[in-house]
Amino acid sequence: MKERVSLFVTCIVDQVVPQVGIAMTEVLERLGYGVDFPAAQTCCGQPAFNSGYREEAAAVATHFLNVFRDAEYIVVPSGSCTSMITHHFEDLFKNDSKLLEETHRLASRVWEFSKFLLEVAKVDDLGARFDGLVTYHDGCHALREMKIKGGPRRLLSKVQGLTLREMEPAEECCGFGGTFCVKFPEVSGGMGRTKVESIRKTEAGTVVSIDPSCLMQIQGVIDRERLPIRTMHLAEILASR
Amino acid sequence: MTSREQILTSIRTALGRTEGQAATPLPPPMLRVPLMDPKALVETFVQNFEKLAGKSIVVGAASDVVPALVQIVQGKRVVASNAPYLETCGVRAMPGIQTGFTDPSAWREACVSADVGITRVDYALAQTGTFVMLASAQEARLASLLPLIHVAVIPRSRIVANLDTLFGILPAPAEQTSSMVFITGPSRTADIEQILVRGVHGPGEVYAVIVEQD
Amino acid sequence: MAGAPTESFQKTLDDPRLQLAIYSATGRLVNHRAGSIRGDLLPEYQDLRTRAHEIKRHTIEHLDQYLEQFERNVVAHGGKVVFCRDAQEVADFVLGLAKERQAHLIVKSKSMTTEEIDFNERLEHHKLEAVETDLGEYILQLAHQRPYHIVAPALHMTRYDVADVFTKKLGVEKEVEPENQAKIARSVLREKFLRADIGVTGANFLVADSGAVVVVENEGNARLTSSAPRIHIAIAGIEKMIPRAQDLAVYLSLLGRSATGQPLSVYTSFLSGPKRQGDMDGPEEFYVILLDNGRTKLLVDPEKRESLFCIRCGACLNHCPVYRKIGGHNYPWIYSGPIGAIITPQFHGVTKHPWLPFASSLCGACAEVCPVKIDIPKVLLKLRAEVTEAKAREGQSGMERFAFRAFAWMMTHPKIYLPFASIGKKFLPVLPRIGPLAKWTSQRELPKAASQSFHNWWASNRGEGKQA
Repeated sequence: MKERVSLFVTCIVDQVVPQVGIAMTEVLERLGYGVDFPAAQTCCGQPAFNSGYREEAAAVATHFLNVFRDAEYIVVPSGSCTSMITHHFEDLFKNDSKLLEETHRLASRVWEFSKFLLEVAKVDDLGARFDGLVTYHDGCHALREMKIKGGPRRLLSKVQGLTLREMEPAEECCGFGGTFCVKFPEVSGGMGRTKVESIRKTEAGTVVSIDPSCLMQIQGVIDRERLPIRTMHLAEILASR
Repeated sequence: MTSREQILTSIRTALGRTEGQAATPLPPPMLRVPLMDPKALVETFVQNFEKLAGKSIVVGAASDVVPALVQIVQGKRVVASNAPYLETCGVRAMPGIQTGFTDPSAWREACVSADVGITRVDYALAQTGTFVMLASAQEARLASLLPLIHVAVIPRSRIVANLDTLFGILPAPAEQTSSMVFITGPSRTADIEQILVRGVHGPGEVYAVIVEQD
Repeated sequence: MAGAPTESFQKTLDDPRLQLAIYSATGRLVNHRAGSIRGDLLPEYQDLRTRAHEIKRHTIEHLDQYLEQFERNVVAHGGKVVFCRDAQEVADFVLGLAKERQAHLIVKSKSMTTEEIDFNERLEHHKLEAVETDLGEYILQLAHQRPYHIVAPALHMTRYDVADVFTKKLGVEKEVEPENQAKIARSVLREKFLRADIGVTGANFLVADSGAVVVVENEGNARLTSSAPRIHIAIAGIEKMIPRAQDLAVYLSLLGRSATGQPLSVYTSFLSGPKRQGDMDGPEEFYVILLDNGRTKLLVDPEKRESLFCIRCGACLNHCPVYRKIGGHNYPWIYSGPIGAIITPQFHGVTKHPWLPFASSLCGACAEVCPVKIDIPKVLLKLRAEVTEAKAREGQSGMERFAFRAFAWMMTHPKIYLPFASIGKKFLPVLPRIGPLAKWTSQRELPKAASQSFHNWWASNRGEGKQA
């Protein structure tokens, strides 16, 4: 039996796409990990932080620190939430040296899902099978703050039956941007439509990402345009048999 | 307080500095000087210069410069700078060339009506196909700027690898001249529909005549 | 968002020709830049960026010292330095000088700093003609429009727009070929260069150890502006300073590539003072105007100070997905794109355009390409916090603060939040489409409802007593 990993599923996965959390659980259990889920978890606080409400974000972040204090590995199915914890929690606790120290200790225990598989579990082949043409969307926080680019692609390359076709251009924002998507809906919508056009050109039937918020935005535009494309989280692909 | 005093005071207050407070030392400049042999310098210069639509002619000796220029200047009004090297090459003695000016208004008029301006360069940068020209009594500014065609005569020994090399050789240009200009190809713009147009205000055609045995 | 020019955004988004012009022009610049910094062509690219950032940080943090050193060296080479606090002082100086020298015609090369202070308008008011000579700026001046982009000012105009402007304002026959349009401008402006009394340029860099201004361009108009008239005035923000001539090796390697993909722009002029003994051409008088206009305000905050490192390459604009949708005229000030978004609130106060720091998805593409490594998203986040704090102080927080307080309370009280979310979701289909819900559905479909939360699934399938 391997070590225990604690899931931080994120508020979006919890409420909107629980199947991502379920898939992540299955993949980790198959690898022999003991998986636990601290039930008091809620959110990382990013929505408040990005909207300029640092006090409110700090309250939510403190709750996170409390919930996950004793966790050895915290695995997260989101690049943007992971990066909020590892890169931005420290902006919230600048005046509290105790919490700041806890934040730094925490950061080394928090893993975005694909990074956990490759760097901790040290596996790239999950024995998964998914037939079809797939394209991959790089979420901006994952790409630029966490430098995640090749990892998910390596994992996808081992999935039987799956063909990956890259979209052109490859690294443009989908337009979600947290509260940006409702503060500037026309601009966000425009960016989403441009992204969906790049996806459509690949002729892929499925778009994969490690960020559920991006997938929610992309699927929203796909459905408005009534296109036969579905969005799936990397975890769901890797759990497919 | 004068504006000067007010501005400097605002700056010091914002930075928490006092007047006359010394700066922490800056690390030495970052200069990457590649080693290139003379043949490579010429080849690299020609390659990069021609990428810019520059036209290059490589000649053996100073005496070969004039024959190389005959076609270019034929039937045109030409000015040449007072550079001693152009004298050596015999350029300044070519028939019809206007040179030897000492009066600024006459010089200016000649440049305004000239089709071709011939100059030497102080240095040339191989990796970017660039001319480096320092204004002086022998090398005025307008010959390489007003006429639509600019011909630069380049002694091979003046070609160096790149900008870093140049600043290593010439760390204090202001001590030598009021104007040092790097010229990299013909004048251009893409301001209208991103379409490339050459010869907007400066020369539209540039020639480099490289003299190997200078 | 409240206060944002939403209708204008929509107008730009609904204009397919304009969308294509913006997207393809910026796309071309993106590709050219990428081609020029390829690993095999410029392996030292990241080192250069780091060094460029460090030199600017050092210079800005000792700016008073470098300004004084610069001044001494300008004077030593026969020039004069004029410190100006604001737009009015610049105008007063130039008008005063023009009067003394009986100057009537000014030629100008491209300078965002002069746009910032409405230079041409202020002079026009006093009957002093200042003619733009950069082709794009010249067209805009004739058309009475603002620049659309820091480097490509007339990006939004077609050749037909240009033809119209030239016919109307110059009385020439309709000409739609860009090459011929450039010829027309060349010939009209050549006459101005030769007749002008004063040439005004900006400066890409001010070099402290040389007392020199560095002007980077492609057309040759800046060289003519600084060489043909008898007086040259360079107007530059105080933050343009760099310590040594040798530091130009770093900045010039980055500037052309980041802006247009050119390893070096066509002309780089390093100008220190009026013409010297024996020179046959060049200006007889040389002035450098050092402009504050609010820059000292940006020095105060150590975290936002790096906003002053900008070398005005325009790369952030080209890579910004928001700029590429709304274009340059939808930003409230002369500086657009990501750099505009961070300096405008710092110059004008965060409450003047409170929406501006929020008009970003924080994708970080700008920070990735900035040659001097300004962490634009970090500054945006800080400005957002300042906006909410300012609103709270002015008692203007309204619904949003309440909503986020409620959010924070819910997220720290899971025993209330979780059942609330379960029940709340059931009402989603029948909730009126107002507020954020309406904003979402205006552009896209809502996600499909999940039958249960992950919390519930876990409790039923893995919770106490349940087997994996």
